Amino acid sequence: MRIWLAAAAAALLAACTAEAPPDPPAPRVVAEGWPQVLSAWGQLAAGGGELVLGEQVTPYDLNTALFSDYALKLRTVWIPDGAGAAQYDETAAFDFPVGSVITKTFYYPRDGGDLTRVRADGASMEHFDGRALDLTEVRLVETRILVRREDGWDAASYLWNDDQREARLARTGAFVDLTLVSAGDEAQGLDYLVPNTNQCANCHVTDTTDGRGVRPIGPKARHLNRDFEYFGRTANQIAVWTEAGLLEGAPAPEAAPQSAAWISGIPMGALELEAAARSYIDINCAHCHSRTGQADTSGLYLEPWEPFGPNFGVCKPPIAAGRGTGNRSFGIVPGNADASIFAFRMASTRADIMMPELGRASTHEEGAELISAWIDSMAGGCG
Amino acid sequence: MDVLRFTIIAAAASGLAACGSEPESRDVSGFDRDYQTTLMELLLDAEPGQVIEIPAGQFIIERGLSLADVDGVTIRGAGADETILSFAEQRQGAEGLLVSGSDDFTIENLAIEDTIGDALKITDGENIVIRGVRVEWTNGPSTENGAYAIYPVQSRNVLIENSIAIGASDAGIYVGQSDEIIVRNNIAEYNVAGIEIENSRNADVYGNIARHNTGGVLVFDMPHLPRAGFGTRVFNNEIYENNTDNFGHAGTPVASVPAGTGMLINAGDGIEVFDNVLRNNRTGHVIISSFFSSGWSDVDTTSDYDPYPESIWIGPNVYEGGGGNPDGLELQALRVAMFGPTGRFPPVIWDGYADSAKMVDGAMPERLRICVEEVEVLNADLPNDASEARLDGDNHRCTLDRLAPVDLGPLAGAR
Repeated sequence: MRIWLAAAAAALLAACTAEAPPDPPAPRVVAEGWPQVLSAWGQLAAGGGELVLGEQVTPYDLNTALFSDYALKLRTVWIPDGAGAAQYDETAAFDFPVGSVITKTFYYPRDGGDLTRVRADGASMEHFDGRALDLTEVRLVETRILVRREDGWDAASYLWNDDQREARLARTGAFVDLTLVSAGDEAQGLDYLVPNTNQCANCHVTDTTDGRGVRPIGPKARHLNRDFEYFGRTANQIAVWTEAGLLEGAPAPEAAPQSAAWISGIPMGALELEAAARSYIDINCAHCHSRTGQADTSGLYLEPWEPFGPNFGVCKPPIAAGRGTGNRSFGIVPGNADASIFAFRMASTRADIMMPELGRASTHEEGAELISAWIDSMAGGCG
Repeated sequence: MDVLRFTIIAAAASGLAACGSEPESRDVSGFDRDYQTTLMELLLDAEPGQVIEIPAGQFIIERGLSLADVDGVTIRGAGADETILSFAEQRQGAEGLLVSGSDDFTIENLAIEDTIGDALKITDGENIVIRGVRVEWTNGPSTENGAYAIYPVQSRNVLIENSIAIGASDAGIYVGQSDEIIVRNNIAEYNVAGIEIENSRNADVYGNIARHNTGGVLVFDMPHLPRAGFGTRVFNNEIYENNTDNFGHAGTPVASVPAGTGMLINAGDGIEVFDNVLRNNRTGHVIISSFFSSGWSDVDTTSDYDPYPESIWIGPNVYEGGGGNPDGLELQALRVAMFGPTGRFPPVIWDGYADSAKMVDGAMPERLRICVEEVEVLNADLPNDASEARLDGDNHRCTLDRLAPVDLGPLAGAR
């Protein structure tokens, strides 16, 4: 531990004194296989206290994000020259051309100098200036890559070294032991899970019926339709993607669907509360809980266009929830979050109870409060 | 009087009572901890048609294993007592092994023990063979155990044979939302539900032993699912002493199963039960009920959901003992009132709900009837709070067109 700390301190010192950040790397098409190091992709380069985006690598953000143990996420997209553009779709993920690379880097603000002690109250994009992520105050954990190959999408993750200069392929995943410090300075241990390649499929095979395997979840019109602070300007992402030739067939942003942007807090107005809750459920649950998703076995369908009825959980008995019922009889009991399986499973961190099943080891307190507030705000009850 | 709902309360109480004196799980301190990485890599690198051989040994697995979208994979151990994958120290994963979107999948000759949640879940597969697999929670029946032991769902052509499921807090062998199924020559014991077929079409369940569960063999149809079930044949099974107190989680469908149930048909259609031996199931050997008796009578079911059990044939079975000590005070009261302090329920109990909308001139069309050979039937008359509970066998003497055997072709004929 002591040796390690010294090494980390030396690295930080180097970052602060001599070394300049790298030039933006040149992205490469990796037509098959998985390079052992992230830098081989040319999407991102770390050094000199910065994580620098590659040439023509476009950062983006989502209106409401999947909760991942309070990690912050830097998302990028890149399409090779001459490959064409992604095709717009009103509801599904955009259809990207062969060669496209999507990255998602998971990181935390550090709580002091220790790499393993990180904060749960970081703000998305506060360390990012449109070109590079400032590494002097954050800890990189992993960078996940989705690459569009001839025969479909492939996925894997790269785990960042303790020196924060390179990430190594982690096909079998990993546990990263962290201490997560909340806004109120309460610390909890966190068994952060880097997924293995098969676990990527557990969320990213969003259609079990068409045999097309893994595909992206976030790059959908409703999630992307928002402003982003690019280097030197702020503009709508759908407009910028269209302008840059990344996207074809999109309407003007005003004509595209848009999910509510939610980070935390309980909206006061009933409509705003519902919109925030539905947006949260969409990005956190609907990749599995759809009519084609892996959780269609439950008969619980949570995409934003689904009616608010039995198949959304309203007074719906569980099918195969096991301990996940928490001795409750229905998914959603209008007006009573405490009696709703929905709220119970969101609050749990037990592997056989918690929802989502994968991708978190802690409870998203703010998210659970949002959904509970929404359920409590409803009139009704069951039977 | 809602008999089955009442048993939820009974079950919860007994579950509580069970805590405190539970036997301990298998000691895994001497188990191998290194092989798990090898196994995970084998699963990640699996190519179509690959055989993954797991050697004899006892292996700790700390993370949920998974196989996704690779066809033709076989996972083979050295025997159900020789190759043990223990999840007693599992840190992550809602299942022990999750196999998704992988056709022509076989798993055989190994044991999966003590998973946090479901042990072996297989989803969206075609031609699935589970053979000689033991799944067990080694501490015995406990509400703390995972829900499902062997759990293929939304699959087609499923064969489960010569396998053992012990201690599941929901179902030991559970086949859901699937087509063309054979479950044969297995042992299911000390589960809440021994063997359960749910919202599935064309299942043959035969040659199995279902004993010491809360309910031995269940055929269910649940609402709000994309598909209804039809066509389950349960025959040549030994279904006995399924008297274990219900230790399921309140809110789950099986939590309302009374302890002492041999065979339970809930809302299912097209079911044959024949040539079984049913012995000493203390509530009843064969219970036939509608969704209204399962504890959610007020549920707003979808319009195309059929909550009634229909087209049921209870053929000749051997019935021994049983029915003399039903679970729950209200069932006991009914037994005493109708049959005296030492009397027994007859072998077949029906809750009495029938779909009047389907009746023609006040009677069910022949093909939708509940037909019972030879033995007496208790109509519990739950629609009228049991006020006219009665022996009603004479009204169930009828025959139905027989279901065709399930044919899995070479999949089931290989041995």
